[in-house]
Amino acid sequence: MPVTTAADGLPDWRRRTPRASLAVWAGWLAALALTIACFEFISNRTIWDFVWDAPTQGADLIERMFPPAWTYAGVLWKPMWDTINIATLGTVLAVVVGFPMAFLAAHNTTPSVLFVRPVMLFLIVSSRSINSLIWALILVIVFGPGMLAGILAIGLRSVGFVAKLTYEAIEEIDRSQVEAVTATGASGAQVLAWSIVPQIMPAFAGITVFRWDINIREATVLGLVGAGGIGMQLQASINTLAWPQVTMIFVLILGTVAVSEWLSARVRHAVI
Amino acid sequence: MSATLFDAAAAARGWRPPPLVASPVLRYAIYLGALAYAALAIGTIEVNWTRAAEGLDRGLRFVSGFFPPDFTSKRSDIVEGLLESLTMTVVSTVIGVALSIPVAVGGARNLAPLPIYLACRGIIALSRTFQEIIVAIVFVAMVGFGPLAGMLTLSFATIGFMAKLIAEDIEDIAEEQAEAVRATGASWFQLLAWGILPQVRPRLIGLSAYRLDINFRESAVLGLVGAGGIGDTLNTSFDRYEFDTAAAVLLIIIVIVLAAEYSSSWIRRKVQ
Repeated sequence: MPVTTAADGLPDWRRRTPRASLAVWAGWLAALALTIACFEFISNRTIWDFVWDAPTQGADLIERMFPPAWTYAGVLWKPMWDTINIATLGTVLAVVVGFPMAFLAAHNTTPSVLFVRPVMLFLIVSSRSINSLIWALILVIVFGPGMLAGILAIGLRSVGFVAKLTYEAIEEIDRSQVEAVTATGASGAQVLAWSIVPQIMPAFAGITVFRWDINIREATVLGLVGAGGIGMQLQASINTLAWPQVTMIFVLILGTVAVSEWLSARVRHAVI
Repeated sequence: MSATLFDAAAAARGWRPPPLVASPVLRYAIYLGALAYAALAIGTIEVNWTRAAEGLDRGLRFVSGFFPPDFTSKRSDIVEGLLESLTMTVVSTVIGVALSIPVAVGGARNLAPLPIYLACRGIIALSRTFQEIIVAIVFVAMVGFGPLAGMLTLSFATIGFMAKLIAEDIEDIAEEQAEAVRATGASWFQLLAWGILPQVRPRLIGLSAYRLDINFRESAVLGLVGAGGIGDTLNTSFDRYEFDTAAAVLLIIIVIVLAAEYSSSWIRRKVQ
């Protein structure tokens, strides 16, 4: 806490030395300049006439979106069921693959710190850094449009998520339980099954349900690239400018997301 | 457990941990339900195996696109997309964080009166429910194609994410410090600046860094619906079957995400 002497001889408390406060201001200035430069870049690529028109466009859009096409809901149950299945089966796939990967990646359970762990970490990072829509884009090329591509896309994106959070949980376990089980003469597999797995099970269940909840949201848009589910109907309705149908789809998505979020919050509350 | 006497028969067949669901009827009902669901869900997947067989060849071409990836022939497109993504990320994080702070203060029950609290929580819920892609579709319809739509989408999503977490943090502060500042006769804004902000600052900085990282990842897919960024470049290269360029773009995304993840976790470790 720097103190300077004011003109009248009394100590004047200041939070920072002049040099430090100058540095702080310079930092803010640099951040502001960067932001403005970035905005300038975006602005140059924007047709501002369209933007000034946006309030009119927005009002027009809302007018065309209401009332929702309630009768269209009859067509949507099957795609919605598909969407839920994509999310659920994708999560199952991710859990089945991600659980063993977590053990191979965790520092205290990996068979080889030098070789297996880095490979696993690389796989986890690649899975996590590519959005499920991009995975879907790739998989639709291979498998053709449909649910299979969607399930695999959700699975591939979620593997990294599940494995990362699980291996972090494994690294944070209580060592004394492992020691106790080892002291009974248990084999490596027995130590894993009786001292490590029970400790991470609650966290693992929480992670799984959390990811399932995220996957429901993501599965609703996978159809935009042809990977099945309600997004396909969304794409079709947008392409034909059938905005009342789009609103109906939004309402259905909103409802499903709300239910899945409530469900996952309840389950997480119960297990953790 | 105290009521359990030594059971020779049980000892002979070995100890078993108590099952998670105690009632056997409920337990088997859950197993059966899961099996029935799996059968139903897997039944809905329609796989066109001849299409998949044809796709395999395309998939192999995609994989071979990575050996070597082509950074040069579409160089200007890649650079343009990347710059759009990066500028979009920076501006939307700044705008989103700046707007999320008042919403967070309004959404904290210990600072805001009930009507403001409900309004701010409403904003948070609205922003969190819709997938970025869906928001992007609406913004593209309103302001036209290009990075501005992406920037607006990401800012909108940032508000919900940041405001929710910061509001929770404000609700968890140590009341004594706020009380002490109030006791000096501080105004409401002085209370915010000296009683609340110092307590939430580490988390505010950490979450902003994390959100920067998320916004970049999301900016990579917004291009699929015409909202600019590297996703646009990626989508175009897929549409033209230029898999070696797509591979290059994917590698760039992975590298930037990795760098962002390491630096954001470094920042979070440093401030918390």
